[in-house]
Amino acid sequence: MTDTLTLGNRQFFSRLLTGTGKFASNDLIGPMLAASGSEIITVALRRVDLNAPPRDNILTHIPDHVTLLPNTSGARTAKEAVRIARIAREAGCGDFIKIEVITDMQYLLPDNHETLKASETLAKEDFIVLPYVMPDITISRRLYDAGAAAVMPLGSPIGSNRGLEMKSMIQRIIDTSRIPVIVDAGIGRPSQAAEAMEMGADAVLVNTAIATAKDPVQAGRAFSLAVSAGRMAYQAGMAGPSHQARASSPLTGFLQE
Amino acid sequence: MKIKLNGEMLETDALTIHALVTARNQDPATLVVEHNHTLVRQTVWDHTRLQEGDTIELLSFVGGG
Repeated sequence: MTDTLTLGNRQFFSRLLTGTGKFASNDLIGPMLAASGSEIITVALRRVDLNAPPRDNILTHIPDHVTLLPNTSGARTAKEAVRIARIAREAGCGDFIKIEVITDMQYLLPDNHETLKASETLAKEDFIVLPYVMPDITISRRLYDAGAAAVMPLGSPIGSNRGLEMKSMIQRIIDTSRIPVIVDAGIGRPSQAAEAMEMGADAVLVNTAIATAKDPVQAGRAFSLAVSAGRMAYQAGMAGPSHQARASSPLTGFLQE
Repeated sequence: MKIKLNGEMLETDALTIHALVTARNQDPATLVVEHNHTLVRQTVWDHTRLQEGDTIELLSFVGGG
């Protein structure tokens, strides 16, 4: 049986979502996507700086088979997030939207209240809504009620590479969520991505750790393998830890008298 | 005529969105344009006329996570 990730009406083989931020050169994005097998990648929308030299068009670096996931970064309110989402769809980016509303500028932690409001509005407009949230069981349930396609709790603050600081709460969300759980933000190493997948996360979203590696293409491949390994381990149903030793060889002596 | 372009007041001779984009040396392929808070598709930039006091936002997709 093929193991696919379903988001809205779409199915994906890869459980590694990636981002386009922070690459030293946008020319690395295509090879990174090829090496990682990632089928979903985030982009942001910004006002053009009219005084700066013209910029490279990020969209030209993303192959057609990869699904664009525009984010609403920069939004401080639900209303702004909704506006960005509508613009992105009108501009031809498809129905996927990562809702990201941030009012805490010190730690860049998401504002769950505004995120929920934006999710309610956009789900009604038939967007495939992927909301980035502080790990919270109640918000997870309310996002399901609102029609979100997944819930994306953060592992740790954006770009911090601190891994699963929110591990216990993420586990509780995984245990109770009726929609896919995608761990987004803070995953800094493949082992942390594998850990999230072993816990039963449906996918992870990794940007900074890949984009800022010395070799982002190699890093993309490493994350891909880690996500697959973690997923397989979850499906295999690993036994839990024990305080006592449990012999893996027979406990009899070598030659019994 | 005066318009508001990306948050700043601007005196311009451009009569259409297409003329404004060209005058500002912007690559049309990279742009998303909002005219008075409504997205305007590139196919109609040429006959979308500007009027005194219009608000124009020139946006583009950039790298982000």
